[in-house]
Amino acid sequence: MSVLNARIPEGPLAQKWTNYKDHQKLVNPANKRKLDVIIVGTGLAGASAAASLGEMGFNVKNFTIQDSPRRAHSIAAQGGINAAKNYPNDGDSVFRLFYDTIKGGDYRAREANVYRLAEVSNSIIDQCVAQGVPFAREYGGLLDNRSFGGAQVSRTFYAKGQTGQQLLLGAYQALMRQVNAGTVKMYTRTELVDIVIVDGKARGIIARDLVTGELQRHFGHAVVLATGGYGNAFFLSTNAMGSNGSAAVKAFHKGAFFANPCMAQIHPTCIPVHGEFQSKLTLMSESLRNDGRIWVPAKKEDAEAIRAGKLKPTQIAEEDRDYYLERRYPAFGNLVPRDVASRAAKERCDAGYGVGTGLAVYLDFKSSIERLGKNVIEARYGNLFQMYEKIVDENPYETPMMIYPAIHYTMGGIWVDYELQTTIPGLFAAGEANFSDHGANRLGASALMQGLADGYFVLPYTIQNYLADDIRTPRMSTEEKEFVEAEKAVKSRFEKLMSIKGNRSVDSLHKELGLVMWDFVGMGRNKKGLQHAIERIAEIKKEFWSNVRIPGDIKGMNIELEKANRLADFIEIGDLMARDALNREESCGGHFREEYQTGEGEALRQDDKFAFVSCWQYKGDDAEPVLHKENLVYESVKMVQRNYK
Amino acid sequence: MEKTINLTLKIWRQNGPKEKGRFETYKVNNISTDSSFLEMMDILNEQLINENKEPVAFDHDCREGICGMCSLYINGRPHGPDDDVTTCQLHMRKFKDGETVTIEPWRAAAFPVIKDLIVDRNAFDKIIAAGGYVSVSTGGVPDANAIPISKIDADESMDSASCIGCGACVAACKNSSAMLFVSAKVSQLALLPQGRVEAKRRAKAMVAKMDELGFGGCTNTGACEVECPKNISITNIARLNREYLKARFAE
Amino acid sequence: MSNFLTASIGRKFIMSISGLFLMMFICVHLGINLLLIFDDSGNLFNQGAHFMATNPLIKVMEPLLGLGFIIHIIWSFLLSYQNYKARPVGYAQSNASYSSTWASRNMLILGALVLVFLVLHIMNFFWKIKVSGDPLLEHVLVNGEHMENTYALVSDLFINSAVYGIIYILGGILLGLHLGHGFWSSFQTLGLANKVWLARLQFVGKIFAVMVALGFSIIPLYFLIKF
Repeated sequence: MSVLNARIPEGPLAQKWTNYKDHQKLVNPANKRKLDVIIVGTGLAGASAAASLGEMGFNVKNFTIQDSPRRAHSIAAQGGINAAKNYPNDGDSVFRLFYDTIKGGDYRAREANVYRLAEVSNSIIDQCVAQGVPFAREYGGLLDNRSFGGAQVSRTFYAKGQTGQQLLLGAYQALMRQVNAGTVKMYTRTELVDIVIVDGKARGIIARDLVTGELQRHFGHAVVLATGGYGNAFFLSTNAMGSNGSAAVKAFHKGAFFANPCMAQIHPTCIPVHGEFQSKLTLMSESLRNDGRIWVPAKKEDAEAIRAGKLKPTQIAEEDRDYYLERRYPAFGNLVPRDVASRAAKERCDAGYGVGTGLAVYLDFKSSIERLGKNVIEARYGNLFQMYEKIVDENPYETPMMIYPAIHYTMGGIWVDYELQTTIPGLFAAGEANFSDHGANRLGASALMQGLADGYFVLPYTIQNYLADDIRTPRMSTEEKEFVEAEKAVKSRFEKLMSIKGNRSVDSLHKELGLVMWDFVGMGRNKKGLQHAIERIAEIKKEFWSNVRIPGDIKGMNIELEKANRLADFIEIGDLMARDALNREESCGGHFREEYQTGEGEALRQDDKFAFVSCWQYKGDDAEPVLHKENLVYESVKMVQRNYK
Repeated sequence: MEKTINLTLKIWRQNGPKEKGRFETYKVNNISTDSSFLEMMDILNEQLINENKEPVAFDHDCREGICGMCSLYINGRPHGPDDDVTTCQLHMRKFKDGETVTIEPWRAAAFPVIKDLIVDRNAFDKIIAAGGYVSVSTGGVPDANAIPISKIDADESMDSASCIGCGACVAACKNSSAMLFVSAKVSQLALLPQGRVEAKRRAKAMVAKMDELGFGGCTNTGACEVECPKNISITNIARLNREYLKARFAE
Repeated sequence: MSNFLTASIGRKFIMSISGLFLMMFICVHLGINLLLIFDDSGNLFNQGAHFMATNPLIKVMEPLLGLGFIIHIIWSFLLSYQNYKARPVGYAQSNASYSSTWASRNMLILGALVLVFLVLHIMNFFWKIKVSGDPLLEHVLVNGEHMENTYALVSDLFINSAVYGIIYILGGILLGLHLGHGFWSSFQTLGLANKVWLARLQFVGKIFAVMVALGFSIIPLYFLIKF
């Protein structure tokens, strides 16, 4: 038996969550006031959890590195949020949403968690509508749905191309209501820099005020990390510039296991890279694949002529276009899951059919505009088209968009059990920061669902089950030695960073790391490349700790210092990702090992050997991390090879 | 195809909230016109770090025009010389070779400078906290389709809700008024039956907070609407006025 | 709850209501004034002026009008001061004309200039008619009724002084500029605008402003050219 206990409740799959809620421990209202909960992050998971726990009467402290909770990167999610409402009467159900999510995740997610996710999905929509989230509606006044990749039903609710923004603002407003009521205290421009463990339990954090540079100690009976994903280890990604994996690394160092680090999602529809000074990749919503058709020229000479600027895409005749997704996957066509669509784009470009710089394919709206009219397309995607035109200076109504895959989301994250508790008692992780629900690949419109499910409907229950045993624990003084020592360690780390005074900027080192990650731990991975990556990352780590240059002062606002602190953690994550990818000798979802593919180039799982969650335990800075396994047991679904043909 | 330009940058530098600021001039060369404005700033900062100088601090995050973090006042306009964009979506093709570009922070009593080009926009959060929400707690809400809402109202509400809270309206307004920001939230919620219930209380509380925080009043110059990266209309301000006056006269 | 009269929207409400009231006065004033150019004997205008001076309703309105002016002026300063305070540090470079009209940004200056003109205007006519008197005002008989010869007072000024004529033309234009923004703005402040009506009100406002400016300018121009 492994050291891991997922604490999955007894009973049939559909009854587990009800059983759990029926038997869990609760905290009475008078005691809630005496309990402090620290929540780090204000995205969908963090804000919804902070608001919900505040409403219940807990004393919440909520931290964000941004100037306002509303800036969290959940805001950038465009497409939509899934729910099993079955409003369109097209055959959807909780089980089908659960099944699609498990299948979409290539059978590497925990069954009970995913079922619960599907189960609470409907409540999320109800909650958001009640908050005044302006979801798209039909003329009859009822909610509209659209379809998304990896599903054959229309179950995605949306608010123009700004669903994440609207959902986050809903949660943010609920949060600010609690700030006003005094149940939540907000700490903006404040970054978690360590977690304080007392007697084996998470009891607080050390935070750094990003404006003054001062360190603060905060006590909490429980600590929740809702700090998002670590996709920025690749430097170029669709994540915000500030998105980072540092909180996860702190938890990892303090004993929380890091699960499936190699499972990163590469999103198929991003605006291609334009030059070496690029800082950020821009996502074009997956919803565009509803009406856009993806193609490359069928003839290599046409692709070459386009790259040389001698031909325009509109000059390529219909019969000379290769709609490769429709060709390869007739059943799902352009709506195959993200991992499949990304790999297919890479395959075509590697074969020499790419357009633009050679690393791009077309996403064409011509036939939809002809079929539905420009007005309909504009109503559906107007803001995305405008965004594209501002960046690329081309009009997508007239010429096809160019897109290419980019790092987008990390399915991996801090290991949590069914209660979202990590291997450290009292330390919880929610949203993208945990690993739980998406397996090896996340379906579109599922991240918003998971973030809000965790924050509104899961944590408020499960955290009570933990806190119920803590009602007699008084608030601890932050003068206790554990707090003092943790602060001291953090202080010395920052002083060390400042003392290096080398020659390389943080960004130049980050770019170097990003290139290694993209080339060897990206869309196609192999043993040799991964071994090379581990060596290269070790070199970068050494270079960083001996040659990074951070101008300015340790006091006051110092953005380079913030970035350096995060990069040091990204380097560790990069190493962990490469190790995990090397260890997982199979292809599943976003993790594609070139050695393991079918004759047709599809991902080939090794269920007999790798039907487990890889959980890595930190063993010290110079020691290799140790792998633990949480075996995945499927009782309600059968593991089969995914087929989108 | 790819073109490069050289620029002179006149940038506001200020070490801290209470320190005195000043303009400094920098030169950047060979900037691709396909780069974004913030990538140009990244290049400048890389240059400064290599010269062992402190880089220019500026707010930015998502770099795709939705988080509302970026906030530069460029050549006399919030978010610079393009329409319907945030600073991060502004591209260098909007500038001419050899041009001098002046970059300043948002200027408003309610948005004090923290460092260089970074201002404190916490005031917006305080306004939302005063009433920019529907007072429902998690759970116990009716089915999402229980109340039909006309598509026209839902769409108009969505248009108002698309505000990103960047503060360009305040920066553009000669009175540093936050009316467009406040009105967008009041309108979004007033247009929906869920938000209608406490519409009066909301309008009064949010306006009172806005006044208390030192924003100016609206004199209908319309500059906010023109400079808003999300095209929020000043008809929202008319609606806020209506909601507020109705609420006050109903007292 | 904050005091309505000093709340930002309350202040604007006062400006809007007093402004609309003054606009009504301007319409009446312009209507009567235009009588100056339709009858060179002056009888028509004198009758109009006499009616205005004797009608009980107008008499009641007169102090209200004065109050309207005073409130509009005091609140404009109050409002401008509070708006000024909202930006203690200005921009080094500002391209404000891209996003708003000069008139909309400078209503206080326009208003102050109109006020200067108003003082002059009161000294020229109102003061003489109501307080100090003037030989030109000697009573005339129109349709069997004795009344002051206001026409003589006005026409004398414009016929004998091109400078005053030009000042009055300028005054009309200033007022037009002020109203070009003020008209739709007052409806906007009362919340009486939406997507459709905002454009309509702005259009009507422009026409109104041009009519006021033209209407007031045409009078001195008429005397300058004709006599």
